[in-house]
Amino acid sequence: MHPIVLKNVGKTYKLDAVDIPALIDINLEIRGNCFTVISGPSGSGKTTLLNLMGCLDRPDQGEILIAGQPVKDLSDDALSDFRARNLGFIFQNFNLLPVLTAYENVEYPLLLAQVPAKVRRDRVRSLLDAVGLSDKAGHRPGQLSGGQRQRVAIARALSPEPKVVFADEPTANLDSETGSAIIALMRRIQRDHHVSFIFSSHDPKVMLQADDSMQIRDGRIISVERGAAAEGSA
Amino acid sequence: MRNLLLALRNLLRNRRRTLSTLLAIVVGTQSILLFGGYSRGIIYGTQTEFVKRSGHLQIQRKGYYLYGGGNPAAYGISDYQQIIDAVQHDPVLAPMLTVVTPTLQLGGIAGNFAAGVSRTVIGTGIDVDDQNKLQAWNDYGFPAINNGKPLSLTGTAPDAAVVGMGVARVLHLCRKLKVPDCKQEAPPDPAPPPESANAAAAPADISDLARGEPGEPAANDSAARIEVLAADTHGAPNVVSLSVVEAGNQGIKELDDVFLMMHLEEAQRLIYGRSAPQVTGIVVQLQHTGQIAPARARLRELLAASFPGQELDVLDFATINPTYGQFISFFNAIFGFIAILMGVIVLFTVSNTMNTSIVERTVEIGTLRAIGMRRRGIQMLFIYEGLVLGILGVVLGVMITLLLAAVVNHSGLSYVPPGRVDQVLYFIWLSGKQNLLFILGIAATLILLVMGSAWWPAHRAAKMEIVNALRHV
Ligand SMILES: Nc1ncnc2c1ncn2[C@@H]1O[C@H](COP(=O)(O)OP(=O)(O)OP(=O)(O)O)[C@@H](O)[C@H]1O
Ligand SMILES: [Mg+2]
Repeated sequence: MHPIVLKNVGKTYKLDAVDIPALIDINLEIRGNCFTVISGPSGSGKTTLLNLMGCLDRPDQGEILIAGQPVKDLSDDALSDFRARNLGFIFQNFNLLPVLTAYENVEYPLLLAQVPAKVRRDRVRSLLDAVGLSDKAGHRPGQLSGGQRQRVAIARALSPEPKVVFADEPTANLDSETGSAIIALMRRIQRDHHVSFIFSSHDPKVMLQADDSMQIRDGRIISVERGAAAEGSA
Repeated sequence: MRNLLLALRNLLRNRRRTLSTLLAIVVGTQSILLFGGYSRGIIYGTQTEFVKRSGHLQIQRKGYYLYGGGNPAAYGISDYQQIIDAVQHDPVLAPMLTVVTPTLQLGGIAGNFAAGVSRTVIGTGIDVDDQNKLQAWNDYGFPAINNGKPLSLTGTAPDAAVVGMGVARVLHLCRKLKVPDCKQEAPPDPAPPPESANAAAAPADISDLARGEPGEPAANDSAARIEVLAADTHGAPNVVSLSVVEAGNQGIKELDDVFLMMHLEEAQRLIYGRSAPQVTGIVVQLQHTGQIAPARARLRELLAASFPGQELDVLDFATINPTYGQFISFFNAIFGFIAILMGVIVLFTVSNTMNTSIVERTVEIGTLRAIGMRRRGIQMLFIYEGLVLGILGVVLGVMITLLLAAVVNHSGLSYVPPGRVDQVLYFIWLSGKQNLLFILGIAATLILLVMGSAWWPAHRAAKMEIVNALRHV
């Protein structure tokens, strides 16, 4: 079963009296256990699409199924719980909580998902280890570099063991070298943890890493290229 | 606990803003508590004064309070000693009682006929020992100024009396009684007033009346003597000659100008002559003011059952002293005004702080919602911050207030309250177990208010759309 399916999805923003169609009649399937990149020019609708798939916003038309479940009918609370258990998010600006240490930031989603203390501790340790920040566990975001912050954010996104992780231009605020390292890290983690990663990016390096790559322009998907990655391993 | 710690950390993010908000809460708490303590000091201090002077309850003849003031003869309680005995030995009342004592109030004219002056007075006949016991009442533990000092009538001759300074002034007794501010009094050895050349002594009829009384002490030139004239039970004039041992400041001018206190027997002799002595009131003082209702109920029961012949009423001190209720409503009104004003200031300061902080943390709110926090969780986040802010500010405010109160109470600062003629110490009454509930109540209300002030901003924060919050710059 595809982790995410979009059927005839449309989204229109209303600015004063003007309607801005951000997404038009999107039909899309995201394969499980894949590195999927959505690319397109600025304003083409990448963020809007990711927000809909990530259940942060609701479509005006069409239907979204996540792990086979239509999310339209879920209440706001149910949707929050659903995100807490099944989805992870990585942001362009890292969006870590400044008052929490790296360790606590990674732990926070586990608190929301009410994971027991022992499991929390083990998981946070191993994730910080996986992103190479074991020695920075007690540092607050303000004491970390951009690349380090994004690595903490990756660990946070993965801590509740989500099925899908969304990353909206995760390297846009990093220099290209750090960006490449982050992409490589995400690619490795995606394989190790058997999760689906969905990116938006204009970065050609990101697109090279992708299993599946989709082009969006003016709110429409204009091309889908699927790589050879086997879904069966998920 | 985790939530509180997180709230504390978030509050420490912008220390200056948090500090200024705390300051507003501290000042609000202080103003409310300081004024509350001050007005409680006055209210309970006044109550203590009334209770020391005239007990909690008074047994009087029905109608005496409204109509009997000038007419002790018509409203006298007979067999009062039996009533007192019955009250003191009643199993229900006995454990509540401190003092039960008779008093006799009378209106009369006091004259210093040697100087040719007189004035109307309100005299009270009292039992000195009982009155001294009444004076010992201090249920609220006030640092009373003249506690333990017995009445000036203690141990004096049966014809001794105390007058108010105002009375002493009018009766030209200033020099003998060492009353200050007496410029109008004639110098020593005054020439007799022209229209009373034969008035070196009291008028003959007056002295005749006085001479008729038994036990007349030998005239003593150095003593300040007055004659008090009143109507007896038959409406006939009667006179006693009293030796004034002291002119005391009664605090309130109106009282000071008419005050006369004497031994009960002497007062009874003046009003009832040789017939059976009566009293106008039986003062009942209780251990605690809170016992008034049950004590009064029991007293009424007892009086109706055992003394049906006399129509007796039981009045509480607040009825007898209407100013007490006026004090309470006056101070409560000001207290309410200050409390509301401070509450509104705290409310606006806190909600303003919260709003600013929420705007600044919009992206954070979006992020938390994205990673699965419910709306309620966001709301609680900020309400917890309000709670921490409230607890910190209020606890700090209470501590500073107690400190300030202690400083004021020990400073010896004094003022003359309206309607009084004597200095009163500034006293902020916040100590002791009687005030614990008051302080805790105010503190809890303020903490709830601060939390409530965070509620609306927090609600707004919780209602944000995630995508808009994340897009916020
Ligand atoms: N909240 C909003 N209100 C109004 N219009 C919006 C809103 N969000 C997005 N849009 C519009 O929808 C369209 C798609 O925006 P979106 O942010 O999805 O583009 P994008 O592909 O992510 O662009 P970029 O690469 O610059 O991030 C744009 O025309 C944008 O102006
Ligand atoms: Mg975008």
